[in-house]
Amino acid sequence: MIEPYVRQFEAAATATGGSRAPDWLTGLRRGAIDRFRRMGFPTTKDEEWRFTSVAPIARGGFAPSTSAGPLALADLAPFLFGHPEWPRLVFVDGQFASSLSGGAVIPGLTATTLAEALANDPLFVERHFGRHVRPEETPFTALNTALAKDGAVIRVTKGTEIPVPVHVVFVSSASVDGVVSHPRIIVVAEEQARCQVVESYVSLSNRTRYWTNAVAEVSMGAGSWVEHGRIQRESEAAYHIGFTHVNQARDSHYRSFSLAMGAAIARHNLHTRLGAMNTEALLYGLYIGRGDQLIDTHTTIYHDEPNCRSWEVYKGVLDERAHGVFNGKIFVKPEAQKTDAKQTNRTLLLSDSARVDTKPQLEIFADDVKCTHGATIGNLEPMALFYCQSRGIPADAARRLLTHAFAAEVLNEVTSEPIRTALNQVVHERLGVAW
Amino acid sequence: MAPLLEIKNLRAAVGDQEILKGINLVVNVGEVHAIMGPNGSGKSTLAQVIAGHPAYTVTGGEIWYGGADLTELEPEERAQAGVFLAFQYPVEIPGVTNAYFLRAAYNELRKARGLEEMDPIDFVDHLEEKLKIVEWGPEIMKRAVNAGFSGGEKKRNEILQMAVLEPKLALLDETDSGLDIDALRIVANGVNALKRPDNAFVLVTHYQRLLNHIVPDFVHVLADGQIVKSGGKELALELEAKGYEWLTGSAEALA
Repeated sequence: MIEPYVRQFEAAATATGGSRAPDWLTGLRRGAIDRFRRMGFPTTKDEEWRFTSVAPIARGGFAPSTSAGPLALADLAPFLFGHPEWPRLVFVDGQFASSLSGGAVIPGLTATTLAEALANDPLFVERHFGRHVRPEETPFTALNTALAKDGAVIRVTKGTEIPVPVHVVFVSSASVDGVVSHPRIIVVAEEQARCQVVESYVSLSNRTRYWTNAVAEVSMGAGSWVEHGRIQRESEAAYHIGFTHVNQARDSHYRSFSLAMGAAIARHNLHTRLGAMNTEALLYGLYIGRGDQLIDTHTTIYHDEPNCRSWEVYKGVLDERAHGVFNGKIFVKPEAQKTDAKQTNRTLLLSDSARVDTKPQLEIFADDVKCTHGATIGNLEPMALFYCQSRGIPADAARRLLTHAFAAEVLNEVTSEPIRTALNQVVHERLGVAW
Repeated sequence: MAPLLEIKNLRAAVGDQEILKGINLVVNVGEVHAIMGPNGSGKSTLAQVIAGHPAYTVTGGEIWYGGADLTELEPEERAQAGVFLAFQYPVEIPGVTNAYFLRAAYNELRKARGLEEMDPIDFVDHLEEKLKIVEWGPEIMKRAVNAGFSGGEKKRNEILQMAVLEPKLALLDETDSGLDIDALRIVANGVNALKRPDNAFVLVTHYQRLLNHIVPDFVHVLADGQIVKSGGKELALELEAKGYEWLTGSAEALA
């Protein structure tokens, strides 16, 4: 289960990377694969993976794609929010597709591939690759660190505001089963910079079986503002593992939204470190499951310093036999006085067989703080249903309307109007509401 | 002409507890009826049972409406047939705008009547005159249904929905409770503006004050699940002067 990946690493090291890669990177990757070899895949005996068995991934025997499927820009149209002119990096089956990438050139913005960034500015990559997440943090981050062939590097220079979202698209071409990709994303917003970055994980077929193992590192300078979107619409036969690590400097504002509705097994970890005074993190998430999907979200918010605020709302809609997992950790250090943290997790179960495991985990070591959490699990409100029916809306339509309304509360937090509209549309279609 | 609504010996319960114990009531088009009575008499239950509230079970009797047995119909079918209940406690629906909700409801009624759905642009025009009835501007349509509305705004929103949906039989469940004098005037004006020879109103109210603004043709007093007295509009004044005690045997004054 582990050996194929070690062999893939050795093959990659001797083929191309060996000669060109800088020493620090070679060393980092070598350490990471050793780490992965020692750790292996996690099991459900591991507390962090209690509800989420990754055995199907471990058994999967995935290998990198050798040739990306031939895609046209038209194939991507459904995923581009109606704005193909936005800066965009597209990866097909893990490989950069220059013909599908492009969009506006904006002063102060660098949006390139990892390979290009390594060639042009290796020192910059060195400062951010594997610096905001420890490669050994989990076997998956270790594997990504060892094998990430390519990815996106987005840099916004000091004081620059990027007026449109930057879109990084990872698309599965659906040509064959068994492909793995290890995308790596680096986002650096320098002091006082403002930008929106969206990662999309999409597939041209809902039946292709592949594995995405992504890692994103976000570094925020003092006073910066980043809205970071994550749209996970993988094939429902695929596997998706994602780790996002955010480091926030003083007075920075991180705002994230996540829509997770794809993959047979999906796990996303979002960690943000409020590592300086007066920082704020707003995390909004929506997971929608059906069939036998398992959608797992773990968030960790580190309140390291005083006067910081975090606000988190994750909602789920689970139908059929879908299984949701939400684990929300908040750590408040002794010095992090005046912390204001609020976490909410609400899940709507549309069938008797759907289930959710939700666990808030607050560890508070400061005494002058305001920290609250709440989790609800339930069905649609009968009075709301009757209210709709009493206005002539049939029960079925009323159920869909109320379900979408439940979800829309999260979607409506997306600041970009075209993205918000597109995501509402996607969710409408998924929930069967005519809009 | 057959009555619009004819209730015969209606009995209804919540679980094992019987609340309506044999109600008889006839409402013709063009009429306004007031149902009064002390708390717990069953007057709100009566309105909710007519609208099809799922918490109540009809345990006996009949509700005839325009030639159909209402108890056989789903709540939405009753609405499509022209029954409207203005809720005592209107429900908040965060995430759905008033505009979307009203248009969805309106189009369901049109579909049920074999009419084409109205598109959003025509609907805005259609709304304009309806908004005037409740003295509101168009901005209210962008807000989520009743979410964060004050008590008075919620009741006005019920009247707006009623104006848009143009029911044949409108049931107002304590629409006057908790309203200040301005909101009460707006609600009453709304009802008066919507009164036509081919529709009817049933006002469920605890207090007489609404009836200063909307003059009923008939007043019925409900006590312990039965109508114990019916009369003309003067009955409401008599109730105001004497309270319910002389009819119900229990001491409860009218405010």
